[in-house]
Amino acid sequence: MLEIKNLHANVAGNEILKGLDLTLPAGEVHAIMGPNGSGKSTLAYVLAGKEDYEVTEGSITFKGKDLLEMDPSERAIAGVFLAFQYPMEIPGVATMTFLRSAVNAVRKARGEEELSTPDFLREAKAKAKDLKIDVEMLRRPLNVGFSGGEKKRNEILQMALLEPGLCVLDETDSGLDIDALRIVADGVNGLRSKERAMLVITHYQRLLDYIVPDKVHVMSAGRIARSGGPELAHELEKSGYAEFGGEATAA
Amino acid sequence: MPAVQETVERVKEIEVDKYKYGFFTDIESVKAPKGLNEDIVRFISAKKDEPEWLRDWRLEAYRRWRTMQEPAWANVQYPKIDFEDLYYYAAPKSTEGPKSLADVDPELLKTYEKLGIPLKEQEVLAGVQGAPKVAVDAVFDSVSVVTTFKEELAKAGVIFCSISEAVKNHPELVKKYLGSVVPATDNFYATLNSAVFSDGSFVYVPEGVRCPMELSTYFRINAENTGQFERTLIIAEKGSYVSYLEGCTAPMRDENQLHAAVVELVALEDAEIKYSTVQNWYPGDAKGKGGVYNFVTKRGDCRGDRSKISWTQVETGSAITWKYPSCILRGDGSRGEFYSIAISNGYQQVDSGTKMIHLGKDTSSRIISKGIAAGYSNNTYRGLVSAHRKATNARNFTCCDSLLIGDKCGAHTVPYIEAKNASATFEHEATTSKISDDQLFYCLSRGLSEEEAVALIVNGFVRDVLQQLPMEFMAETQKLISISLEGSVG
Repeated sequence: MLEIKNLHANVAGNEILKGLDLTLPAGEVHAIMGPNGSGKSTLAYVLAGKEDYEVTEGSITFKGKDLLEMDPSERAIAGVFLAFQYPMEIPGVATMTFLRSAVNAVRKARGEEELSTPDFLREAKAKAKDLKIDVEMLRRPLNVGFSGGEKKRNEILQMALLEPGLCVLDETDSGLDIDALRIVADGVNGLRSKERAMLVITHYQRLLDYIVPDKVHVMSAGRIARSGGPELAHELEKSGYAEFGGEATAA
Repeated sequence: MPAVQETVERVKEIEVDKYKYGFFTDIESVKAPKGLNEDIVRFISAKKDEPEWLRDWRLEAYRRWRTMQEPAWANVQYPKIDFEDLYYYAAPKSTEGPKSLADVDPELLKTYEKLGIPLKEQEVLAGVQGAPKVAVDAVFDSVSVVTTFKEELAKAGVIFCSISEAVKNHPELVKKYLGSVVPATDNFYATLNSAVFSDGSFVYVPEGVRCPMELSTYFRINAENTGQFERTLIIAEKGSYVSYLEGCTAPMRDENQLHAAVVELVALEDAEIKYSTVQNWYPGDAKGKGGVYNFVTKRGDCRGDRSKISWTQVETGSAITWKYPSCILRGDGSRGEFYSIAISNGYQQVDSGTKMIHLGKDTSSRIISKGIAAGYSNNTYRGLVSAHRKATNARNFTCCDSLLIGDKCGAHTVPYIEAKNASATFEHEATTSKISDDQLFYCLSRGLSEEEAVALIVNGFVRDVLQQLPMEFMAETQKLISISLEGSVG
């Protein structure tokens, strides 16, 4: 599903990714761990196509297509979804309006029929309920005044509605208490499927107790330094990131 | 354009001949020579068969105008207007328009397409030669057609007609109120308008009557020649209510480059007037050539105690907008409101705002202004809030927000605040923001195109004001905002 080869990327002239290789088959969930500054979030933004993240070398193919040739909305339409670490606030735009605009923009571009307002509301409300999202929250302006938990649940709701092929979750556990973490993880697990691949970026092992990955990769200095099974996460919990260039206390 | 289409449908249902002969007056073939002098003013007055007092009023205004200077304080630039090179009566519309749609600015045609306006109607809006007159009337002139409306209004005792008709049929009302809010000597453009005004709307709502429907210029008689120097007068008697809608979301081409309208509102005791405008005149081509200059004087007088006047405007068209719908809060406890969305793109220049003049006790006013500048445009909010010595406990809240799209446009806020009574409470908030790259990226990463993303963010930005618009205008306006901002990113 996703094939990254020798990826080099600069941010503001500094090389952050330095030859990253990663293969993520459909149906699998991979975790990316690593110390602060190892390039985890940069990888997420490069996948989503953020401006100012300049790819200097290497390739990314998604479902056989060159992802780097596409602009951010084309990637979203092709099925790439990034759950943001810090979702943006858009004052005055009701969350429901935003969701409907996004769903219909994607459906239109994919050549599907746009959802009528009642159909959309039915679907959105059902999926919101799974994530224990109150309908009242969907009437509020997008992410404005949302708690950390509400923002992250809202990201997962968008993911559920847009039905992407590749889900990239950037530190989705940050700022969540244990109850919120469980709800979010349940939501994510509910979206695991044979047709879908997930890349779960996290600093802490805790999230991976709830979203159990097929593989764990540890990033260090812009590359994958080590890969293994879920047990690797537990190992890191004990030893920390010291051997990967992070501070021993980081984990 | 559902409202327009609806009107067209209605017109189609009626016999065309009946319509044509029943409702069109005779002035179309006559035109006065270019330029302005006392004879032209007399000619206009005579053509309209006006009483002596009105002719003298016009002449007085004309003489005054000759002594006045064009105002230069607004933040707008344009070549000097040669007032001797204009027609002041019955501009020959049908001979100067483009020959076919092929001669019309293609950008304008694209906009029509997006608004879903049928081809025939496009021709009319673009002023194509020989375009069917019936449709013109259909779009802009349907009071007469929709007779049920008229009956309903008559039942309520509401007078809604052209100002020329009002001069004939209700001279005592016109004489009493015309120029009582915007005096003939008020300012350069208003004085010019007083001398040569062509036509406009007249509304009178009797005591205690709540006007049973939104009055709209969609449904007004004989609109063809009212464009350039339009004059509107609305009077709400004690305890009455009226909501008036002016304008059209479809951009209209007009060979009259200069528009100098005057609108006067009078609200007596406990009366309320709500006046909404959607202005989308031709803004000029991509280089800013050929757009309309819109120099308008709009003022409401809250003459009675506890009266209320509310202005809502959506300004997206015209090359230059110079417009300050204002409220004189004369009655004790009276209230004034100004809600504005002003969008400028391309090379448009907007200098708009309001004046809230607190004269009475316990008067309050509220100003919410949302300016959006894109392209190379300049967007200025200019507002005055003042409290007279006797205006004890005057209160005002002002919020001016500006949103910039791109880095070649400008947003300016020029608030004037004067309090001559120590008990006045005036609050002023202002923000200027840009659509952030992060907000844009967030939307794009959800599959929205840049234009969709900008439209969504801008519609959120103007939401407080959009909610003030009558329901039927809201959806159209949202669409209009998206279209006005096309090409503003990237």
